Amino acid sequence: MSAAHVAVLRFPGTLDHESAARAVQGVGGEPVYTHHEDVALPDGTAAVVIPGGFSYGDHLRPGALASRTPIMAAVRQHAARGGRVLGICNGFQILCEAGMLPGVLRPNASLSFICRQAELEVADDGTAWTGGRREGEVLSIPFKHHDGAWFGDPGHARVVLRYRGENPNGSMDKIAGISNLAGNVMGLMPHPEEAQDPLLGSVDGRVIIAALIA
Amino acid sequence: MTMVVVTIMPKKGVLDPQGQAVQGALAHMGFGDVLDVRVGKRIEIEMRGHDPAAQVTKMCEDLLANDLIEDFHVEMPG
Repeated sequence: MSAAHVAVLRFPGTLDHESAARAVQGVGGEPVYTHHEDVALPDGTAAVVIPGGFSYGDHLRPGALASRTPIMAAVRQHAARGGRVLGICNGFQILCEAGMLPGVLRPNASLSFICRQAELEVADDGTAWTGGRREGEVLSIPFKHHDGAWFGDPGHARVVLRYRGENPNGSMDKIAGISNLAGNVMGLMPHPEEAQDPLLGSVDGRVIIAALIA
Repeated sequence: MTMVVVTIMPKKGVLDPQGQAVQGALAHMGFGDVLDVRVGKRIEIEMRGHDPAAQVTKMCEDLLANDLIEDFHVEMPG
């Protein structure tokens, strides 16, 4: 059987597609770069990753312009059929701006760009995105962002991951990652694709990437 | 041609870290009478055709403003 195809979206200003593709390969999937002006996902797409970066230079609001591109209509249809979609950092912002996840990512309370390792607590172990990790278990995953403070109504989402300890960015209820109520669309500010190799300090991101094709 | 001006401001009650940072700087510079600062944006759109204000209002709803955190105001100056 051939490896499951995972569409890795690329917008002008996407930065983290290579790391995302490598992480998908690492869990046994086959990444397929997909252009923002495409009107359909590649044939046989099993799941979609929207990687981090600064799509369209973060102009207007982070993720706002990317969320209105042709490929996002196809991603919306994929999700409506129950297909899995993972938005990382700018990808999370895009999913919120597209209305596929509730809320919005606001500037960090400090107005600073923050880049460091974060400890994330599993707040809801009922979705595929945390694999076999149970509620309260901790994942060590780095984050790097300027606009990571989630704001919205948590009642319209499943809170999958929260920052442990001090709130790094002013996110409501220390939210680091949410899924839609159905559980197939997930967004998070930290970067699981950068926590795949023991040489880089943690492999805790593997469960999240593996969930794409589990 | 018609000029349509959109003003977008953070909603009242939504934390505005940019406004707070500017307010803090103004206080440090000695502008002691400043009570509150909010930072928004202005978008100028040149339009042709029928009912430009209505078209721009639709643009605000569909893209230019995020109604979770922002209010917008559309006007046609002069």
